Amino acid sequence: MTYEQLKNLEKTSRISCGCGISGIVNRNGNAFSGELIISSICMMRERGNGLGAGYAGYGIYPEFQDRWCFHIMYDQPREKENVEGFLETRFNIIQQEPIPIKKIKSLSFVPVLYRYFLVIKDEFSDGLISEEDFILETVMSINRQFNNASVFSSGKNMGIFKGVGDPDEMAEFYRISDYKGYIWLAHNRFPTNTVGWWGGAHPFGILDWSCVHNGEISSYGINRRYLENAGYYCTFYTDTEVITYLFNLLCRKHGLDLEISGYVLASPFWSKIEKEEDPGKQGLLKTLRIVYASALINGPFAVVVANSDTVVGLNDRLKLRPLVAASDSDFVYVASEESAIRKICARPEKVWMPEAGEPIVVKVNNKRR
Amino acid sequence: MAKPKAISEFIIERDMEKCIKCQACVRVCANDVHIWDGESGETISRDIKCVGCHFCEELCPTGALRIKRNPSETRENAHWKKGYIYGITRQANSGGIILTGMGSDRPHKNYFDCLLLNAAQVTNPSIDPLREPMELKTFIGGKQDKITVEKLDSGGWSVKEKIQGLLELEIPIMFSAMSFGSISLNACKALAEAAKVSKIYWNTGEGGMHQSLYPYADRAIVQIASGRFGVNVDYLNNAAAVEIKIGQGAKPGIGGHLPGEKVSEEISLTRMIPEGSDAISPAPHHDIYSIEDLKQLIYAIKEATGYKKPVGVKISAVNNVAPIASGIVRAGADFITIDGIRGGTGAAPVAIRDSVGIPIEIAIAVVDQRLREERIRNRISLVAAGGFRTSADVIKAIALGADAVYIGTAALISLGCHVCQKCYTGKCNWGIATQDPYLTKRLNPEIGAKRLVNLLRAWTFEIKEMLGGMGINAIESLRGNREQLRGISLNEMELKILGVKHAGEAW
Repeated sequence: MTYEQLKNLEKTSRISCGCGISGIVNRNGNAFSGELIISSICMMRERGNGLGAGYAGYGIYPEFQDRWCFHIMYDQPREKENVEGFLETRFNIIQQEPIPIKKIKSLSFVPVLYRYFLVIKDEFSDGLISEEDFILETVMSINRQFNNASVFSSGKNMGIFKGVGDPDEMAEFYRISDYKGYIWLAHNRFPTNTVGWWGGAHPFGILDWSCVHNGEISSYGINRRYLENAGYYCTFYTDTEVITYLFNLLCRKHGLDLEISGYVLASPFWSKIEKEEDPGKQGLLKTLRIVYASALINGPFAVVVANSDTVVGLNDRLKLRPLVAASDSDFVYVASEESAIRKICARPEKVWMPEAGEPIVVKVNNKRR
Repeated sequence: MAKPKAISEFIIERDMEKCIKCQACVRVCANDVHIWDGESGETISRDIKCVGCHFCEELCPTGALRIKRNPSETRENAHWKKGYIYGITRQANSGGIILTGMGSDRPHKNYFDCLLLNAAQVTNPSIDPLREPMELKTFIGGKQDKITVEKLDSGGWSVKEKIQGLLELEIPIMFSAMSFGSISLNACKALAEAAKVSKIYWNTGEGGMHQSLYPYADRAIVQIASGRFGVNVDYLNNAAAVEIKIGQGAKPGIGGHLPGEKVSEEISLTRMIPEGSDAISPAPHHDIYSIEDLKQLIYAIKEATGYKKPVGVKISAVNNVAPIASGIVRAGADFITIDGIRGGTGAAPVAIRDSVGIPIEIAIAVVDQRLREERIRNRISLVAAGGFRTSADVIKAIALGADAVYIGTAALISLGCHVCQKCYTGKCNWGIATQDPYLTKRLNPEIGAKRLVNLLRAWTFEIKEMLGGMGINAIESLRGNREQLRGISLNEMELKILGVKHAGEAW
């Protein structure tokens, strides 16, 4: 199949996958090299099949910390002109450049990869819609209108790097070890059919939110319809996109904090809510389930979600996918397997298995940008 | 001239070797089919009077009776089928509307039969309901779109919005509106008791609530229909929810008529009308000629009930059902009940029952989609009604977008009904659709309640198995999740309207 055919296959049908995930956060906001996360994710080679890998780093663009940064992949070079024309109508482009890459022989196809540092034009900063909503709408428009372009990263002082290949190939290709960040997420993909579209790899991101995910969502049909009515369109056709957008909707638009959003996505069972001794928490959990019924995620999943100041690890309600966490001094690690943590931190102070549906929330203090 | 006679629909075969001449059949048949001929010492059966309810056949101690369809055929004709010829014959004799009972028996396309369910394989483990929790709890009523949570100094949380006035159902099934009058008090009692035991709700229909059913008030949805029978402030407050009935699937756009001879003392007390007077429900509510009038009634009820109970509106599924539903949300209703063309009735003209309205499957799909597009879906619950036959129909309705379903005919079948469609005659041998004390005492409310509870229990097991099979363990993850459905034998337009993919299409 040609790349075009593969992409169309992936864009018209939802693809589920088994995967390996890893996340590292420095709680004091101290940046560290991408080496650590590469080493961690590559430990779980068994969990992928070479059809997708990626990284997300926070704090990687300190010199542009207040600029929106878009990473865009162009499957056809000619689409670049069209998208840039569109961007120019909305933004002042402070800097644009190819994403630095190292050519690797084993990669059969490589899209054109560009990054843009942007400032919203004054005429759009009239306060009628928030900057974030404007960016969201812009990203959705590009991804829906331009068939050969995808914005796959759209935050500030953070970036997503992903593509079709093994995690070590992607690390080398994107020169991940050249970046320093205070949060890193990584993903190793095992899609269940032959795919090869770079846009389908993880992490998924919107604004400064990113997400790596192992699982399949049986509630996808309703989660997607729920999100569409809130202005989020699923253009990548993977489960993970739904999780990313749900967190974004609940935290950013509804003002719920990440831990509470975790209780929406992986709500406790009614039997557990009934036994809850704290009446305040019981009332909260009950209300969340009733109001946010369509945002409940059903099916097996382990997920690590990050934004600029928080990392959340979350399992489905039955813990049908593995997730381990560890902490050592100011580092917290979350990964599919303990081996991926021990590889980079041989003797953590604490290692634990998060309970089903109980979010692990790590806040970053003294964030240094 | 020679007047053509209607020919009997059924024939009764009596095995004379088995018949012990006990005359049980003679005593029990409300339609006087069987008579004892003292002279010949034999029981004679008159086929023409038989409605096909099978009561005598099932009661006969020796199994001597067989009720069969009359094989007598008119010349085969794809257009002028037997039923039409007999119908015209009857109307030429009487000059009247042909009445019938129950839901339509016409072979309208059944979309439930064209929808198939998904199951998880390999990439997603199916869930075993015997080992893992499987949650069917459902809340009926309006909900906020979002909530505000405040973190307390004590470390706890407090939710600003208070969620109140919701019906909490253990399973997403309720008993449809059936009034005391259309069915017997014993049937009402069985439904009410079963609703209480199963933690669901029953619906009084438009006939008011009989005193003896007051203990079941907290599981009752009381109805207000165009006749306003039995409606007063106590009636409204003596319930868990109130439903304004605008229409009914079996007879959209027309009213109802309970003949005076059925208005016994008990019914007269319940409906608050004189004994023996006709109980006429007009076609429209004469205080609702527009959506703004409906809004006034909704808020009048809310005022009367202190904003503590959900107020719903029941309409029949018609062409414009989606915009109407949207208007009902904006008029302030907390739930909307939609009754499809196969919805049952105690009495309706055949021509209307079989030809007016649209299937419930289509109505659920378009209403759910419309309310989502308008971003008001959370503000209302959608209850679907009209011909649910199995747990699979229920689960498909929920996947299409319903919050819960009402069952009526299925509930009556569990009480003995054989769907003979003669409810309007008041001669129901099973003691359901009758007020004749000789017949109603055949229905024991305690046993009836147990049978209803059994039915719900069985469907609950089946729904849990199917849900677990899809890798889902909470009913809300199936609601509106049309990815779990696939269509067969449907054209592109049908698939588009239902919002489902064709079998063979992946996610």
